[in-house]
Amino acid sequence: MPTDSAIDPAIAASRSRLPAGKETIYRHTVVVRITHWVNVIVVSLLLMSGMQIFNAHPRLYWGQYGADADKPWLEMTALKPDSDHPTGVLRLAGAQVTTTGVLGVSKGPDGQPAQRGFPKWATLPSDQDLATGRRWHFFLAWLLVANGLAYLLFGAFNGHFRRDLTPSRDQIRPRSILASIVDHIRLKHPVGEEAKRYNILQKFAYLAVVFVILPAMVLSGLTMSPGVNAAAPWLLDLFGGRASARSIHFITANLIVLFVIVHVVEVFIAGVGNEIRSMITGRYTIRTGTHS
Amino acid sequence: MSRLSRRGLIGAGAAGMGGLLLAGCDRLSASPSFQKFIGTGEDLTFGAQRILLAGQPLAREYSLSQLSPTFKSNGTSMPGGDAYRALLDNAFANYHLAVEGLVARPARFSLADLKAMPARTQITRHDCVEGWSAIGQWTGVPLGHLLRTVGVAPAARFVVLHCADDLENSTDGSGQYYESIDLFDAFHPQTILAYAMNGKPLVPAHGAPLRLRVERQLGYKQAKYVMRLQLVDRVERIKGGKGGYWEDRGYEWYAGI
Repeated sequence: MPTDSAIDPAIAASRSRLPAGKETIYRHTVVVRITHWVNVIVVSLLLMSGMQIFNAHPRLYWGQYGADADKPWLEMTALKPDSDHPTGVLRLAGAQVTTTGVLGVSKGPDGQPAQRGFPKWATLPSDQDLATGRRWHFFLAWLLVANGLAYLLFGAFNGHFRRDLTPSRDQIRPRSILASIVDHIRLKHPVGEEAKRYNILQKFAYLAVVFVILPAMVLSGLTMSPGVNAAAPWLLDLFGGRASARSIHFITANLIVLFVIVHVVEVFIAGVGNEIRSMITGRYTIRTGTHS
Repeated sequence: MSRLSRRGLIGAGAAGMGGLLLAGCDRLSASPSFQKFIGTGEDLTFGAQRILLAGQPLAREYSLSQLSPTFKSNGTSMPGGDAYRALLDNAFANYHLAVEGLVARPARFSLADLKAMPARTQITRHDCVEGWSAIGQWTGVPLGHLLRTVGVAPAARFVVLHCADDLENSTDGSGQYYESIDLFDAFHPQTILAYAMNGKPLVPAHGAPLRLRVERQLGYKQAKYVMRLQLVDRVERIKGGKGGYWEDRGYEWYAGI
């Protein structure tokens, strides 16, 4: 925590002219580290098996129902699917983009262009196999829930949420948020005392993933289950129908991918060795000097 | 080692790991014992849903205004073979549903017999395992009523539905469609043998003359062209042994998710 609360910490950090030096702090508890790496594996495989399942019907709708004769808001399909050179397209809200080789049309089991939503290098299993994709997905979904519950219980009782994720009062002032945005744009990372806590955009991102995106992902997934629908019909109302829940499941999956991309880019900007080590051993080295 | 090359190494390592992961997962997926291992997820789902559904809640019922404008026909849309053709040509006047196996009084019911029984009409959502859904209105006789009429033997645990369609056009009958549900679902009030859809007699594309509606499960459980019900204590001795056409081809017997 910053010692000088009178000065905006972001500014204080940039103004400080301490001699260059290093300090190692204990940043990540063992529960955070374990649940993090379990999530890396489980979420990756969930995304891949999810794309396998999506490929069985690569169209998304809004509302209670949606099938071939209904209007999708997103569709991956092939133009001239029976020709030697089918064209893969992504249709999104009325627009159409050619995506041959990746979406709509990509290499089939025989190496020839085939109609499929996501390409085989992205799906689990690689070839079209809905039954196996589902078996993977539901197995992993239980792991995600178990891992998530362990993390949530720990975070609530150990103080991780309060201590590490809750924005401090000084961080949520518009000036501080703006300063953090500018720092991010300039790829600058805080040093010194300020590097000992998460920055405000980082906190917002983690809070959104932990408390909004992943819960929405799990609940929208459950809403697609006809058995769960009978037991908890309120879920259908929460998401506006099963077809909508499937769409929201897809959107939240995309948001997770977006988060992971930004997260990994930030890890590289902040120092990949230090960041990865801290998520393995818990120890994180901060420079006590100025911005690099 | 310079920073850049270390980064390059990490990147290459990550890509290599990704490739290995994919190849490894595909190899695992092909192994029956691993399939069984990840199948524990499905077993957990089945157990959890049985607890959640212990009070036998109903699947959501919709209003007429929510019907799908077009209800997709999937799987067989017209069974092959002369026997079905002959039944269809005669408007199913010669159709009989046989109920046999572990029952006190094996019986055969004509379509008129079934229509004379208490009927239930419900507007429900049909969810295909592929991901699409359609809403339709179904009218039929509750399976529970039929089972009480014939008397279920104490040893019986499953109702096996044998169908008229051969989805693989096989010559040895191995592609003949069939399904099974257990008595928990068979006696659910919304589990019906439907002979009408959207207020009209069932058409061949949707399973004429009789199809199953088991509303808390996916589309492949909703067997069409039902010709014979067989009550059994176990499904292992029937066809592929997994309790249904798609089950024998890798899909789960319990399709509540």
